[in-house]
Amino acid sequence: MEYKRPDTLKKTPSGFCPGCMHSLATKLIAEAVEEAGQKENSVHIVPVGCATLNLVYWQGDILGAAHGRAPAVATGFKRTNPDRLVFTYQGDGDLAAIGLAEIIGAANRGENFTVVFFNNQTYGMTGGQMAPTTLIGQKTTTTIYGRDPAKEGYPMKMCELLSTLEAPVFIARYALNTPKGCTDAKKGLKKAFDIQMGKGGFCFIELLGNCPTNWHLTPLETLDYMENNTVKYFKPGIFRDKYKDEVK
Amino acid sequence: MAKELVNGCIAIAESAVRAGCRFFAGYPITPQNHIPEYFSHRLPEVGGVFVQGESEVASINMVYGAAAGGTRAMTSSSGPGISLKAEGISYLAGTQIPAVIVNISRGGPGLGSIQPAQQDYLQATKALGHGGFKTIVFAPATLQEAVDLTYSAWDYAERDRNPVFILMDGCLGNMMETVKFPEMKEPDRNSTSKWNLYRAKDVKRSDRVLSPYFPDAILEMQNKSRNAMMKRWAENDVKVEEFMIDDAEFIAVAYGIAARSAKEAVICLRKEGYKIGLIRPITLNPFPSKSFNKLDYSKVKGFIDTELAIPAQMRIDIQAEVLGRAPIYEYCRSGGILFDDEAVYSNYKKIITEASGNGI
Repeated sequence: MEYKRPDTLKKTPSGFCPGCMHSLATKLIAEAVEEAGQKENSVHIVPVGCATLNLVYWQGDILGAAHGRAPAVATGFKRTNPDRLVFTYQGDGDLAAIGLAEIIGAANRGENFTVVFFNNQTYGMTGGQMAPTTLIGQKTTTTIYGRDPAKEGYPMKMCELLSTLEAPVFIARYALNTPKGCTDAKKGLKKAFDIQMGKGGFCFIELLGNCPTNWHLTPLETLDYMENNTVKYFKPGIFRDKYKDEVK
Repeated sequence: MAKELVNGCIAIAESAVRAGCRFFAGYPITPQNHIPEYFSHRLPEVGGVFVQGESEVASINMVYGAAAGGTRAMTSSSGPGISLKAEGISYLAGTQIPAVIVNISRGGPGLGSIQPAQQDYLQATKALGHGGFKTIVFAPATLQEAVDLTYSAWDYAERDRNPVFILMDGCLGNMMETVKFPEMKEPDRNSTSKWNLYRAKDVKRSDRVLSPYFPDAILEMQNKSRNAMMKRWAENDVKVEEFMIDDAEFIAVAYGIAARSAKEAVICLRKEGYKIGLIRPITLNPFPSKSFNKLDYSKVKGFIDTELAIPAQMRIDIQAEVLGRAPIYEYCRSGGILFDDEAVYSNYKKIITEASGNGI
C-alpha cells in the first residue's frame, strides 16, 4: 500500500498552524471522498473560520459560504444538483454558535448532504475566543479565568443535540488524537458519503480536534490534553446509524 | 394569451416561474406571504424546488447555493426580513452569483407596520448589505409592469453576475389587476455553466471555485469592475416614465404605488391649467438622471417629491440631479398610511400656489 497525498488536495504547502488537526481532518475527508469513488464529483461548501483555507487546498468544485450558513447553502445547491457529492466542513463557532439555526434546520429536514464538524473548542482564526464547545474551566481570550458555566453555560454537545431529531440517518463523533480515532473517523466519513450517494439522508460527522496555537500547548501536549479533557466530555461514538446493516 | 386577474404577489411569482425560476426559499412575513405560498405548489409542477427556510438568513443562503449551481433562484420578504437577508445579498454580490430578491415593503423602522409603505428606498438603492455593492432596483407601479420586470430580472442578473432587486410596496403586492403573462421559458443551465458550479453533461471535472473571499489586490480589481458595471447601468439600463414634463413648471417625482396617486393628481391639475408633470423612476437604481438633466431650468419652478416615506428618502437622489437649480418640495405619508388621491391633488395645488405666490 502506498501512502501518499490524496489527489483531492492541491500540491501546495499547508497554511494551517504546525500540529493543527485541520490538516489531518482535511486529508481524511479527501481520502474518504476518493475511496467513495467521488473524486471528480465533490462539491466542498467551505465555511468561515480556519477551514476557509480549504478554498486554497481542495481540489474540486468549491463554494464559499457565509459564517454558519454552509448547511443552508448546501441545501440550495444539493436540492438543485442531486447527483453531486456535497459536504460542508465547519468549525465549532461556525456550526454551533452563529450557524445553530442552519444546522438544526438542515438536519431536521433530513437534507441529503454530509456535514463534517471540526470541534476544537475555540475560535482559531479570530485568535482563541470562547466557542460554544469550550470546556468548563478552559481559558480563552474572552474567558481569561476559564469558562464559568454560571455565566457562559455548558459546552454544547452537537451529536447529542441532533440525535433528538428524527430525520438524520447517521450521527457519529470521532477523536483525532489517536491513530485508531483517525481510522475510525475515515470509515465514518466514507460511510456518510456512501449513504449520501446511495440510500440518502442527513449525515453528521463530528471530529474532535486541537488548536495548539490558541490552547498554548505543543502539538504533542494537545494529544494528552484531548485524552484527559476533551474526550471525557465529548464522548466518541455512533449516536445514530439507520443503515447499520445496509451501508458498512 | 388571455389576461388574468391576479394578486400582485402571484403576478411576480408566476412571472418568475415563466422566466425560468426553479428554486425559491423564503420565510413567512406579511405582506408577501402569497409569494412563498404560490411557489410551494407551483414550483413542483415545473420540476422546481421550494424550501420553506428556518429563517430569512437561511433562505437567502439557500438561494445562494441554488444559484451557484446555475439554477434561476429567488427569495422574497418584507422590510424586517430584508434586513436579515442583508448578509446573504452581500455574499451574492461578493461571489458574483445572480439571483432575484423581492421586497414587498411595509412601514418601518423596526417591526413597524404590516401596512404598505416605501420606507426601504435607501436600503434598496444604497446599501442592501455591507461592503458597498449595489444592484439594479426595479420599482413597478402596475401589476403588468411587475410581471414584465420580474420576467426580465434574471437576464440582467446573469448578464452582470449580480443580484437584481425588486422593490414593490405591500399595496401593489396585495391588490388585484389584470395582467398578461409572458410565454414559459425553459431554463438552460448550460448557458451559464462557464462560471457557475453546474456541470454540463460532457464536462468530467471543472475544479471551479466560487468564493466570497479574495486577496486584497484582486478584490480591488473586482470593486473597480463593479464600479464600471454601475456606470454601464446608468448609461444603458434606466427605465423611467416621463408624463407631461416638456412644458411643466412643477414636476412630481414618485415611484410605485405613490406614482399612481401622483399621476391622478397631475391629470386633474392639468385640466385646471396647471403646468405640472411627473417623473416616475421605474429603475430606482440606476436613477433616471437624464430625465432631470434635460429640463429647461429657466422654466422649472419646483419638484414635488411624493413618497410613502417620512423622512423622504428618494429626495437625496432628486437633489443630486437637480443640484439646486430648483426647489424640492415634499408631500409624503408613511408608517402604513397610503395616499388619498384627493389629498395628493389638494397638497400639490397648495404647494404650487404657495410657491408661485399668485396661484398659477
